[in-house]
Formats: sequence, C-alpha cells, structure tokens
Amino acid sequence: MVQRITFFLFRGAAAVNGIALLTIIYFIVANGVEAIDWTFLSQPPRDSMTKGGILPCIVGTLYLSLGAILVAFPIGVASAIYLNEYARPGKLLRLIRLGINNLAGVPSVVFGLFGLAFFVIYLKMGVSLLAGVLTLGAMSLPVIIGATEESLKSVPDTYREASLGLGATKLQTIFRVVLPSALPGILTGGILGISRAAGETAPIMFTAAVYYTRHLPSSLFDEIMALPYHIYVLATAGTEIEATRPLQYGTALVLIVLVLGMNLLAIIYRSKLRKRAQ
Amino acid sequence: MEPVLKMCSQNLDFFYGDFQALHDVSLEFFQNQVTALIGPSGCGKSTYLRCLNRMNDLIPISRVEGKILLEEEDIYAPSVDVVNLRRRVGMVFQKPNPFPKTVFDNIAYGLRVNGIRNKAFITERVETSLKQAALWDEVKDRLQDTALGLSGGQQQRLCIARALAVEPEILLMDEPCSALDPVATQKIEELIHELKKQYTIIIVTHNMQQAARVSNITAFFYIGKLIEVGDTQKLFTGPRIKQTQDYITGRFG
Repeated sequence: MVQRITFFLFRGAAAVNGIALLTIIYFIVANGVEAIDWTFLSQPPRDSMTKGGILPCIVGTLYLSLGAILVAFPIGVASAIYLNEYARPGKLLRLIRLGINNLAGVPSVVFGLFGLAFFVIYLKMGVSLLAGVLTLGAMSLPVIIGATEESLKSVPDTYREASLGLGATKLQTIFRVVLPSALPGILTGGILGISRAAGETAPIMFTAAVYYTRHLPSSLFDEIMALPYHIYVLATAGTEIEATRPLQYGTALVLIVLVLGMNLLAIIYRSKLRKRAQ
Repeated sequence: MEPVLKMCSQNLDFFYGDFQALHDVSLEFFQNQVTALIGPSGCGKSTYLRCLNRMNDLIPISRVEGKILLEEEDIYAPSVDVVNLRRRVGMVFQKPNPFPKTVFDNIAYGLRVNGIRNKAFITERVETSLKQAALWDEVKDRLQDTALGLSGGQQQRLCIARALAVEPEILLMDEPCSALDPVATQKIEELIHELKKQYTIIIVTHNMQQAARVSNITAFFYIGKLIEVGDTQKLFTGPRIKQTQDYITGRFG
C-alpha cells in the first residue's frame, strides 16, 4: 500500500514535467499561431514594430547560436579533454573545477554585464554580433564542458587500454577512439546548452541586441535584433503593448520552434551516430 | 635447442601509493615458450603482467623499482619510448574489448596509428592476422560489419588478431578466457599452441587446468611474491614448496 502511494506520487511528479511543457507549448501556440504568416517570417518590423515581421530577429538569433557553437565547442571540448584525460589530481585541477562549477551558477544577467564591460567596452567591440557571440559562448562553456566530461567518462577505459596497448600515443587514442565514442553525447549536451543560451535575453541585451535595426547583420561588428530580446522589447517597452500581443506570442512561438528544432537536430544526429557505432 | 631468454624482471617491486603490490619478483621468459602466471585473486599476477608493457604507467600513484629487461634493454629506462615498447609487447585483455568500429578497422588500427598508409599492405596484414587468430573463415564476409556484433569468443580472437597485426615479439594475455564459454576457451587455447611457434607468450590465468594445458613454464604468485617457478609439468606434479602444493590441490585460493 505504502509502495503504491509512493509510486503514485513519483509518477505524478514525473507527469508534472510533461504537463508543464505541454501547457507552455499549448499556450504559446494557441495565442501565437494567428500572427504567423509568410510576411511575419520574411519581413522586418514596420510602424514602430506594431506591424510587419521578425526576420532580422530570426536571423540574429541563428547567427548568435551558430557563433556561440563555433566559439564554445572547441574551447569546451578541449577543456574537458584536458580535465578528463590529462590533468593530474591536484590544486590546479580543483581550482579549475571550482571555476567551472561557479561559472555554471552565474546568473545570465551577470554574463550580460560582464560582456558589456569586457567585450563591448574594454575590447572596444561595441554592441555587436561578435560581443554577443562571445558572451553566449562563455555562458555555454560550463554546460559543454560538463556534457563532454560526462561523455568522456562513459567511454570504457578498456578502449583506452586497448589502443595504448597497440602502440598508439595518448593523442591518437583520444582522437581515434575516445572522441568518436563520446561524440554523440558531446554533441547533444553541447547543443542543448547552446539552445538554452540562444533563448536568453539578459546576456545579449547589453552586448549584441538592439531595439530596432533596419539592416540584417553583414559583419561581426553589426548590431543585431534577436528573438528573445524582441519579445522583451515588445512586451515591456513597445509603443502599444496590448496591440502587439499577437506579435509577441508569434515571436515566442518562432523562438520555441527554433530551440526545439535545434534540440531535435541534436537528437537525430546523435541516434544516427549511435547507429553507425553499433 | 637451448631456450633463448627474451625478457626478464630483476628484483621487481611495485607500489600503488603506499601499498606494495609486488615484492622482489625475478622471473625469466624464453622465446617461443608459454609462461603461465597463476595464483589466487589479488596475488599480483595481473599487476606483474601489466608492468611488462608499462600499462601500469596509466595509474598515477604507481611506482616501480627494480628492472625489467627486454633483450638486455631496461624498459623502465628514461630513454625508452613507451609507445614503441607496447608495439613490441602486445596485450590481450581479460574482457574482449574491440573498438566500436568495423572488424577491418579494428585490426587495421594498430597499423594505422603506427603511420602505415599503404592500403594493400594493411589489407594483407588484416587477412594474415585474422588467419593467425583462426577467425578469418568466420568473418571474411563481415569485415565491414561492426566488431561489436561478434560473439564473445570471436571478439576475443579479434582482439588477439588486433594485437598480432602490429607484429609484436611478446604477447601478454591477461586471463583471456575468463569471460568466455568452454568452447570459445578451447579455441583460444588451441590458438595459443599455434602462436607460440612465433611468439613469446605470457598468460595470466585463474584456471589451473588451463595453465597445465597451454604453458611450458608456470610461475606461482602469492600475496605479491613469486613463490615458485618451474617447468609446468614438474610444478603441477611435484611442487617443491608447500604453498604451491596447497594452491594447486585446491586447499586455498
């Protein structure tokens, strides 16, 4: 009896996750779907952002995510390889781990302020795609490092031993045996981290995103529009908050589809890699 | 014909941190002979085996004292290239551990990491190695399939073929049959008989019948010490030391 009740509670707790997700999606879709048409997806905003589309925001968010991947993946994966394959236990290792764990706990708005102070002002990048990419990249690093380390740990040591036993160097072992086995996990974890970051407003509001720009970004030093910031702007600072409500939901819907799409890609790619490995 | 000395350890001590796992082990291995290392769990036989190709280097807190000579050369000397050593002293592990790659790529791996690019040569070595490991007939049509789809016994022979592909001089086998069924075990044992014509083989085994069947020389380890070593036949029929006798008659272990 006790067991039954406990399991019922556990099951309920698990169900809450699904219900929460479904409710959010339903809410956004129900409110946002009417705003979505070809004009909305392919045009820039018009009339003080009360009409028109969100193309610059979509492009901006895609660029930001792509850039963050390019920046954070190599650094994150390399760090994790060092931590998991090379580093000897000691003070330095503990310090680095402490750093990574704390980085993961830093609120996103603090990353935004850091990006403003360091990239935008100190390194004179200005409010730009580049500054946003670097800020988002820094924010995704702990997630990517964590996912990579987990994947590296799940590669059986017997693979490493077999490779070394055949006269492979440590580097060959890592690149030819360990990384290929760990790749599916690294990619999924990494992309989940980036897609999470892509939906954040705080890190880009001081570093990359602007209220409105007529141009699509053509260089790394351009200011951009981005989906999450656009929602924030429409919902809080727009000229007619009530009137733009469908636009807000529409933008939110596009953002969610984009993020879920990225996750889906990661999952498909992972299962493909897994199948090839078997 | 007088047996040729291939490898030996002299007064070898091994430590995991403060714990001394091996005490003063001196042992000789001869060309084209099979030496079996036997003893109860935790007696240090596997640790000893893994000193012979410096696999224990992977354990950060480990330390070795004494000498291991491979044809006169101390393998723990600073000038020794560990990668090259492991090429000369191949290893087969307790559990079959093929890479999650195709059968072909598993065997070719050792050649490729050693910088061999010649495709014809690799193909030929793959075939020769698989034949040596008595696996060719079973996998010749499945070379491009994943090695993880093979049975346990086939996987272990694949691992042997993989080790043979780089043409080592010595083959270390760490309980190669402990994860296999009797039929697969028999195949591996037959294989060992064939392989000793070309290689020097050192095998750790828990199974005393196996040691008696496959080896020329048997060394008995007990709590980190080499207790007795001798001709396999003599050691099993007339051990000189009481601990050896107790062990091989099954009184402990």
